[in-house]
Amino acid sequence: MQYERPQSTAEAARLLHGATGPARILAGGTDLIVQMNAGVAEPALVVDIKRIAGLRDIVAEDGGFRIGAAVSCAEMGEHAALAAAWPGIVEGANLIGSTQVQGRATMAGNLCNGSPAADSVPGLVAAGATARIVGPEGERDCPVAEIPAGPGKTTLKPGEFVASFFLPGRPARASDAYLRFIPRTEMDIAVASAAVNLVLAEDGSVAEARVALGAVAPTVRLVDAAGAALVGTRLEEDALEALAKACRDACAPIDDKRGTIEFRTKVAGVLARRAALIAYTRAGGRT
Amino acid sequence: MTRQDKITRAFKQVGTRPPRPDGIDKVTGRAMYGADMTAPGMLWGKVLRSPHAHARIRSIDTSAAEALEGVKAVVTGADFTLPEDDFYRDVAVNCMAQDAALYDGHAVAAVAAVSEAVAKAALKLIKVEYEVLPHVIDVDAAMTTGAPVVQPGRAYENVPEGMSENVTSHCEFGHGDLAAGFAKADVIVERSFRTAATHQGYIEPHACLASMGGDGRADLWCCTQGQFHVREVCAEILGMESSQLRVTASEIGGGFGGKTTVFIEPVALALSRKAGRPVKIVMKRDEVFRATGPTVHSSIDVKIGMTRDGRITAGEAHLRYSGGAFPCGTVDMGAQSAFAAYDLDAVRTFGWNAMTNRPKEAAYRAPGAPQAIYAVESVVDELCQKLGLDPLDVRILNAARKGTKSAYGPTFDEIGLLATLEAAKAHPHYTAPLGPNQGRGLSCGFWFNFGGNTCVTMNLAFDGTVTITEGNPDIGGSRASISLMAAEELGIPYDKVRTIVADTASIGHNDITDGSRVTFSVGLAAIEAARDAIAKMCARVAKIWGIDPDAVEWKDGAVHPSGPNAGKFPPMTLAEIAATSPNTGGPIAGHYEVNADGAGVSFGVHLVDVEVDPETGATKVLRYTVFQDAGKAVHPDYVEGQMQGGAVQGIGWALNEEYIYGEDGRLQNPGFLDYRVPVASDLPEIETVILEIPNPGHPYGVRGVGETPIVPPLAAISNAVSRAAGVRLTELPMSPPRILKALSAQG
Ligand SMILES: Cc1cc2nc3c(=O)[nH]c(=O)nc-3n(C[C@H](O)[C@H](O)[C@H](O)COP(=O)(O)OP(=O)(O)OC[C@H]3O[C@@H](n4cnc5c(N)ncnc54)[C@H](O)[C@@H]3O)c2cc1C
Repeated sequence: MQYERPQSTAEAARLLHGATGPARILAGGTDLIVQMNAGVAEPALVVDIKRIAGLRDIVAEDGGFRIGAAVSCAEMGEHAALAAAWPGIVEGANLIGSTQVQGRATMAGNLCNGSPAADSVPGLVAAGATARIVGPEGERDCPVAEIPAGPGKTTLKPGEFVASFFLPGRPARASDAYLRFIPRTEMDIAVASAAVNLVLAEDGSVAEARVALGAVAPTVRLVDAAGAALVGTRLEEDALEALAKACRDACAPIDDKRGTIEFRTKVAGVLARRAALIAYTRAGGRT
Repeated sequence: MTRQDKITRAFKQVGTRPPRPDGIDKVTGRAMYGADMTAPGMLWGKVLRSPHAHARIRSIDTSAAEALEGVKAVVTGADFTLPEDDFYRDVAVNCMAQDAALYDGHAVAAVAAVSEAVAKAALKLIKVEYEVLPHVIDVDAAMTTGAPVVQPGRAYENVPEGMSENVTSHCEFGHGDLAAGFAKADVIVERSFRTAATHQGYIEPHACLASMGGDGRADLWCCTQGQFHVREVCAEILGMESSQLRVTASEIGGGFGGKTTVFIEPVALALSRKAGRPVKIVMKRDEVFRATGPTVHSSIDVKIGMTRDGRITAGEAHLRYSGGAFPCGTVDMGAQSAFAAYDLDAVRTFGWNAMTNRPKEAAYRAPGAPQAIYAVESVVDELCQKLGLDPLDVRILNAARKGTKSAYGPTFDEIGLLATLEAAKAHPHYTAPLGPNQGRGLSCGFWFNFGGNTCVTMNLAFDGTVTITEGNPDIGGSRASISLMAAEELGIPYDKVRTIVADTASIGHNDITDGSRVTFSVGLAAIEAARDAIAKMCARVAKIWGIDPDAVEWKDGAVHPSGPNAGKFPPMTLAEIAATSPNTGGPIAGHYEVNADGAGVSFGVHLVDVEVDPETGATKVLRYTVFQDAGKAVHPDYVEGQMQGGAVQGIGWALNEEYIYGEDGRLQNPGFLDYRVPVASDLPEIETVILEIPNPGHPYGVRGVGETPIVPPLAAISNAVSRAAGVRLTELPMSPPRILKALSAQG
């Protein structure tokens, strides 16, 4: 196995392009190294992106934030401005594993590992985040929602990797929230999850709403009908029930060791309701 | 052993909480665990495991693996001569499959190579031709005629018509007239329960280093709860004489019963014999889950009758346990302990074991009791609900006490059940208010406790310090407790005593660290060894003083003239006697060898409050209190640790832990991610209340405390959840999907 630690994205792209066997990016390694240990992943080339200039930075851009692909979840939690603007995204990232895991884990790794249960992904999708992708043909920007392609799969082309995420600027009276269900209180994989991103009108009603669900389908689901159920409301009971129903209808989960179809579907609706109420309160709304 | 009728002694050191002797080593990394041992020229062993739940092994071709550079030995079932005796043969077949793989993860071959990487590569070159056979995973399915037979020829001789050959044993306990008892009841509740197999979940995976010389003598270092047992089993499987195999137990990273048998040790020895070099094997976590001992899984029917005022008139239980792919006697313990907490006129329990294509069961704290008592205590709770009775009052009314003929036969001596129940009733926890969606549950727990073969040697160094050499790996703080008891008896400070766990060549046979026996039996032997040393010191001093040995006595750590007639001599302390010993007859040592009985049964009561989220089925444990009789708590920190640890493991068992099998019979969750033991943030502080009802069978009144605490949590939590949710749960674990389903079914 060959291990490389390039200094620039261009060099990383060149290494990936020139790989003769299976090649993998290494960010925090909290998925990759576990998989290598278990013999599930046997890469011939590992490209560590943690030394690439700028990839470990969070910087202001166009009123929003650019987050490098090698920024750890713990570093996100310590960034006050980011946590104030996008508390739901930060809480998703800070639910991953444990304190130790968060010190290494990245959102890019979480996304590119391709788990339908990835905790930071619903928040990114609800936020309308984009990823900057570097590849043999240069750079392109792509909505995060379009990257997952099914369990363990992404739409990234051979040689491509995520260099950063962009989170747009926030109007006043906007916030988000993320909740997941796990049988324990930490160190677990989401059985169902929901992210809700709201912008309120001046009168306190919901002006814009985006709802994304995790672990209830082969990929994260952006549920338009769920967002629509909230627009124009103040999260009255019938709006919340319409939200929950839209979420349940959007679920196409599997029965497995972590949960049943019935359980995941029901709980996705419950989590969406609870997350909507949290996001609404954070945005300054009063029910 | 003389019976201690009254233990009135005022202790000076027993009952205090000195720092643990293994603490610094463990937190600094100096402690040597199983995987820490290395030897010059050492090879790495790795085991190839069956991917099938049940398959005939047609052939194994190891030639390509043997040809790989760096591979020094390959072994398969053909390298083992099977012992005649069923018990040893089953262990041997479990360590290395013969003609069939009996469960997913069953060892089929092993290699020793110069590095882990080479060993891993070699495993891939071994070609096993399997003929996949139908498998059976569930105990009820396995008992039915027509079920795939796990091992032909092992059936119980009187298997009734309609039962499968998988049934390997039947037992029955109890007394009285059941029909008459049920006729007296005002209410009868009959329910069926199921419990999943759970793993002991120790942090340290099994690891060993084996080194056999060309002369056939061998040394083995391993993490185990019983080096003497390892020696006997390995000697039997390898065809060696016991004394030619020396086994040293490492520091142990948890066992809970799961390290009372062998898995990799005979394999490492066989590889070392073949390669002529030391061989180390360290299991990976998935191997631990797939191929080492989980508990039995069970299916249990319970029927109990009660009068309107809460008296139990009759109790009956049918227990079906499966200890995996081999015959297993654990159901006997379940059938004996099911109703142990009650004083009953009519009681009967019936137990069956059936083989399934799962790993061979290994002991787990109070093996067999938690499942049976869970079922019984659930039905008692439901009867209390139906009759509007206080569940503690009903337990007190029916409690077994001194003189009760127990449900499994013997008549109880001094026991602490009533005292623990009364302590629970008096505790503020029992009357604390509950909020919405919250419920309170309780359960009694019981364990037999054991004594057994024990040897202790106590050596006095010339500087007056003392070493105690014993033979039981310390899994719960026993070295501290043994040192405390010896210091107490000798009248010297605790820090002048060091207790070490010796290898099999350095002391006589000691039974395994199991059955909550060590603080009881080794403590007893250490006290008696101290008394032996004291007698020798008295004789020495009498000789120095030139008086009759009867004219001296031992008091406060020194020999004194026993009275004015004996003469006037300044007392000689232990240190003075030790210092002069080279000139007065040589070193001084005390010994004691015993097959201890009188362990004294143990009871506990657990109280728990939970909150159930009605929308997700998630259970939060809010408050937990353990009440238990310790006889005498020698080192209360460790007693509390046992009580808390048992409660926590029981919480895991009740709520989330389970072996999950796919349709293909393969284990789906061989790791701590999906085999969910509780994490710290899942738990409240576990409060403990120690009661001390002295055990007449021990000089200081000690009872074992290690196993009882895992017994009550299953029912206590199930009762709390059932009350919080308003629906009776009858299957463990009560994972959120199961609770939510029960809530929806109720509408
Ligand atoms: C104990 C433990 C607990 C965990 N708990 C959770 C949890 O609660 N929730 C959860 O969602 N996950 C959890 N995980 C999984 C893991 O921690 C997360 O998915 C994490 O975000 C992965 O990030 P990483 O930087 O460590 O990824 P890595 O392991 O470095 O990479 C993961 C995968 O993505 C690829 N990759 C990484 N970065 C890029 C990039 N920039 N461009 C393209 N491909 C890339 C890698 O090649 C690899 O295939 C847990 C893992 C462990 C070990």
